[in-house]
Amino acid sequence: MNIHIKNGRLIDPKNGIDAQQDLFIAAGKIASIGNAPAGFVADKIIDANGLVVTPGLIDLAARLREPGYEYRATLESEMNAAVAGGITSLACPPDTDPPLDEPGLVEMLKHRAKSLNQARVYPVGALTQGLKGAELTEMAELADAGCVAFSQADAALTDTRVLLRAMQYAATFNFSVWLRPQDSFLARDGVAHDGEVATRLGLPAIPVSAEIIALATMLQLARETGVRLHVCRISSELGVALIRAAKQQGLPLTCDVSANHVHLSERDIGFFDSNCHLTPPLRSLRDRDALSAGLCDGTIDAICSDHTPVDEDAKQLPFAEAESGATGLELLLPLALKWAGKSSLSDALAKVTLQPANILGLNAGHLSAGSAADVCVFDPDVYWKVEASALKSQGKNTPFLGLELQGKVRYTLVDGLVVYQS
Amino acid sequence: MNNPQLNKNGELQHLLTTEGLPAPILRAILDRAASFVSTAEGNEIKKVPLLHGKAVFNIFFENSTRTRTTFEIAAKRLSADVVNLNIGSSSTSKGETLLDTVDNLCAMHADMFVVRHSQSGAAHLIARHVAPEIHVINAGDGRHAHPTQALLDMFTIRHYKKEFHNLRVAIVGDVLHSRVARSQIYALSTLAVPEIRVIAPKTLLPTLVEQMGVQVYHDMEEGLRDVDVVMMLRLQNERMQGGLLPSAQEYFKYYGLTQDKLALAKPDAIVMHPGPMNRGVEIDSSVADGSHSVILPQVTFGIAVRMAVMSLLAGTK
Repeated sequence: MNIHIKNGRLIDPKNGIDAQQDLFIAAGKIASIGNAPAGFVADKIIDANGLVVTPGLIDLAARLREPGYEYRATLESEMNAAVAGGITSLACPPDTDPPLDEPGLVEMLKHRAKSLNQARVYPVGALTQGLKGAELTEMAELADAGCVAFSQADAALTDTRVLLRAMQYAATFNFSVWLRPQDSFLARDGVAHDGEVATRLGLPAIPVSAEIIALATMLQLARETGVRLHVCRISSELGVALIRAAKQQGLPLTCDVSANHVHLSERDIGFFDSNCHLTPPLRSLRDRDALSAGLCDGTIDAICSDHTPVDEDAKQLPFAEAESGATGLELLLPLALKWAGKSSLSDALAKVTLQPANILGLNAGHLSAGSAADVCVFDPDVYWKVEASALKSQGKNTPFLGLELQGKVRYTLVDGLVVYQS
Repeated sequence: MNNPQLNKNGELQHLLTTEGLPAPILRAILDRAASFVSTAEGNEIKKVPLLHGKAVFNIFFENSTRTRTTFEIAAKRLSADVVNLNIGSSSTSKGETLLDTVDNLCAMHADMFVVRHSQSGAAHLIARHVAPEIHVINAGDGRHAHPTQALLDMFTIRHYKKEFHNLRVAIVGDVLHSRVARSQIYALSTLAVPEIRVIAPKTLLPTLVEQMGVQVYHDMEEGLRDVDVVMMLRLQNERMQGGLLPSAQEYFKYYGLTQDKLALAKPDAIVMHPGPMNRGVEIDSSVADGSHSVILPQVTFGIAVRMAVMSLLAGTK
């Protein structure tokens, strides 16, 4: 099928394009930009007048809840949500039930996802068996089954010798290790940032030092082992500074932040809003501003949704007992656009397209001729209200509930096929 | 940020915390409590009919004797029908959620809930959930708030000291885990107490506590110097675990209130404690039973203050 997307503002950060350009798609690939290739006859014309045409979004952290947590969400509901959010590729963390620590589970997930013909799913394998932090998984076998990286998700890895061994083993095969820095002793029982709000509300707190100590440990071990380290969900000003320094020293390091943390702080908890119970905790205004600055100067490479659908019952509890996490697939684009005010639209889109593709080691996230036609076409001006009925995800839990966000996806294409339109 | 305990006319809809409780409402509660005091002391008027025909449900998800009993007495003296439920953790262990329990009680036509729960924010959650004609009183939620305790403390201070604007008040002990301390600090601030001190080792103070408007002391003798009011906090035994404190003995030596330490306060200083006391841990018996102690009057005033809160809420449409 040949598709002609015309009159749109085409933004492709990799190729440095931000201009009104037509896009021509043939046989599932980008055929050309600007002028139609010789003999091109469009089967379908999409008029993108007033819209932005950009590479499909790539999300580094989307919990699809399969296997094991189908009551919270199913692959079907969440894949629908992904393409409704303009996301054409996503990485899913291994904290399913059972965790993604066996090749069979990974193959099944990939197969299930593929049969839905929507976004591409890239499983992140468990770094240790059962995510228990004790024994290594069969990383090479898992990679053969389709794992793109290895991670502990939010599970603790307290034994630093196991961490060292895991990094050494991953480095042997040049696998990437994704870790969220949190010292589990300092974070024990904590549910909110150790600051003025937790003090005011009497909530058990997680100090910034929990992030810093774990981060310093993993940076040192990455230095020693030469492993490709990706730091997930950085949350603090000090953490950003530590990563900035490590990158300046030449450590092959990448880093992401959740879209929620770019915009929110502990103050948004208000009077115990359990939708603001997130992992890591929302920190101070100063930390939030440092995350934004870290995105601007490239210390933080990517913005992810950290999509975590939670059923309503699990949120209708006192703050500490409520399950942490927020739905995010359909908010990633508008939240990236909201941050674009501090940078440029192209830079913001790079944080959710090109940069995450590079972290995943994919030749994706751009609109170069010959590459797969994964495309997002969105209206940058329209406002929409975040409410349960507006979300396709089974998770309706987000701190942005009831607020208006700017930017709505009109078309999502995967392999040159329209998988979503509104 | 909306104040979830006021209705749109600025009247008291629920009593959840002393934070953001407007001074006129706070004073109105104290004034109304004063009008009940002879009642509470059991002198002439045994009962007033202010809550006649109303159903007050005391739902306690955490054990309490004193608070639950004084709420019960207060409701009965207001002629309300009182139902006591000691739910503990049994209901939740059977799989019923907090809000399921509340829904069931609403179906039994409750007019007012008095709630105690081990989790910070439980009373807020219930207040957000119930129908607008139902009132919620927080009888203690986790480490967050215990507003009626703080109000009865304010009542006690006013009873003995008459004014707030010239006072120096010290709060001593486990502020980190204390809902009482948080509620006291906000109430004292609202009533314009010019100097509020907290005295504790660093392990028992929350981060940035000074942003709540208090001065921090780690040396108890320095902190007690020239204060008008000493408010002791209860120290739970489990604080000896997890590296918060080495021993009850060492705690008593440095942070227990003794006659010697109390001598540094003003000669007419009063000593308060929310109960139950750990004699020989945070307070010496000679002080607890001594001439400065107003600990038993606190309990009596607690009934009047809880009557005041309930009758004020019942008057809010």
